[in-house]
Amino acid sequence: MSAIYILWLRELKRYVRSKAQIAASLGQPLLYLLVLGFGLGPVFQKAGNGSYLQFVAPGVISMTILFSAIFSGIAMLWDRQFGFLKETLVAPVPRIEVMIGRTLGGATVAVIQGTLILVVCLIAGFRPVQLSMLPLAFVFMALIAIVFAALGTAFGSILQDMQGFQLIMNFMVLPIFFLSGALFPLTNLPRALAIITRLDPLTYGVDALRGVLINASHFGLALDVSVLCTIAVAFLSLGGYLFSKVQL
Amino acid sequence: MIQVQNLVKKYGDFTAVNDISFTVEAGEIFAFLGPNGAGKTTTIKMLTTLLTPTSGKIQLDGLDPTVHKNEARRKFGIVFQDPSLDSEQTAYENMELHAVLYKVPRKVRGERIEDLLKLFELWERRDDIVKTFSGGMKRRLEIARGFLHTPKILFLDEPTLGLDPQTRNQLWTHVKHLNETQRTTVFLTTHYMDEADRVAHRIAVIDHGGIVAQGTPQELKQQTNSESLEQAFLSLTGSSIRDESATSADQLRQVAKMWGRR
Repeated sequence: MSAIYILWLRELKRYVRSKAQIAASLGQPLLYLLVLGFGLGPVFQKAGNGSYLQFVAPGVISMTILFSAIFSGIAMLWDRQFGFLKETLVAPVPRIEVMIGRTLGGATVAVIQGTLILVVCLIAGFRPVQLSMLPLAFVFMALIAIVFAALGTAFGSILQDMQGFQLIMNFMVLPIFFLSGALFPLTNLPRALAIITRLDPLTYGVDALRGVLINASHFGLALDVSVLCTIAVAFLSLGGYLFSKVQL
Repeated sequence: MIQVQNLVKKYGDFTAVNDISFTVEAGEIFAFLGPNGAGKTTTIKMLTTLLTPTSGKIQLDGLDPTVHKNEARRKFGIVFQDPSLDSEQTAYENMELHAVLYKVPRKVRGERIEDLLKLFELWERRDDIVKTFSGGMKRRLEIARGFLHTPKILFLDEPTLGLDPQTRNQLWTHVKHLNETQRTTVFLTTHYMDEADRVAHRIAVIDHGGIVAQGTPQELKQQTNSESLEQAFLSLTGSSIRDESATSADQLRQVAKMWGRR
């Protein structure tokens, strides 16, 4: 347990100490929120869907968590190259504990990032429908964070160099984001898109957040929770397995 | 304490370690010498569970590290050839993290960290982030960290690379002390023959993945009719210079330098 804690703490310390990184990682969500939120607002309103800022805020929060969580896993690449990974891999600690410590650390950082964006959303004019549901929103943010931090760990365990990172970015992370319905409603989609969005784990995260924040869930919270929990278990197992196979 | 039989590691067509066998007795200081790319580090990686051998048998204190990974990891400590510090944490935090991972009892933790940081003259800088350290200081911290817990077997992979004579002396004195008082078995590699001559009880010379000679420093010198271990080493391995190809790690370090990260 103490190994999990100290590795979790390490991730947090690294996060808190890299002020530039914190600022940089908030830049992109801000663009989406402000440019899309206000830019597409009038069109969205005319189509009879209400405020786009209200609609897109849970999507942008999810996106922040997605990016932050996956990158925390991929940051293992740096630990691999700068050697720290070795230090943890020869330690007399079961690898699964090392993996859990890292993953939970990354997930915690992702939730903090998501919370920062939530605050920015509130400042920009986003209003949750029921404030009493806010604690539940954090539960879902944590779930999304765990799902993708585990996926990030799985990626980080396989990746050997920066080229692979680009591949993952363009063919995994961006599609997960764009196909999740973070930016558009899931109703009346073309059939192909409707199917693909349903295969994307983030879809259920975004949907759950919309459910608790603006009371507009497409699938219903029960389905969202079951899918997210199942995927979390699956990705944690996958990440744990791949991490246990890491050779240096 | 360490038994290796017919150990082989292949990467595709390339054989990094080719059918080596040796035994290190408990309480022995064993030096593993060889030119660059001879297979020293690959062997250490297999002994320390970082790499799975292609074939062959290893036993560490009676345990097979490919099967009983965790139990085997409890037996040894290691100082790596290349950096393995967390450069975003302070010196003290690095030591503390290591102490927790290796389950150094909480009671002695603070005291031992202080002793070692003082011994390697890093105590004043304990609260500085490691990335602000010079190369020599980082190296000293790695070594101090390696001594934090007291394992049965200590692996030292070119521990003195880039160290000044003072620290080098400090290091070997400490290693000898551990070996004499705790009967720690030491398995080391180095390019400095005088060091091996000074501390090692027995030596194996490895070249092109195979062991070309084994014995006490004295025996090796007699075998080759040499006056110094350096001469013996050269006559065993030839005088041509070896090149190691850059790994993806080296390439990434280049990229990292370019982007100014760490």
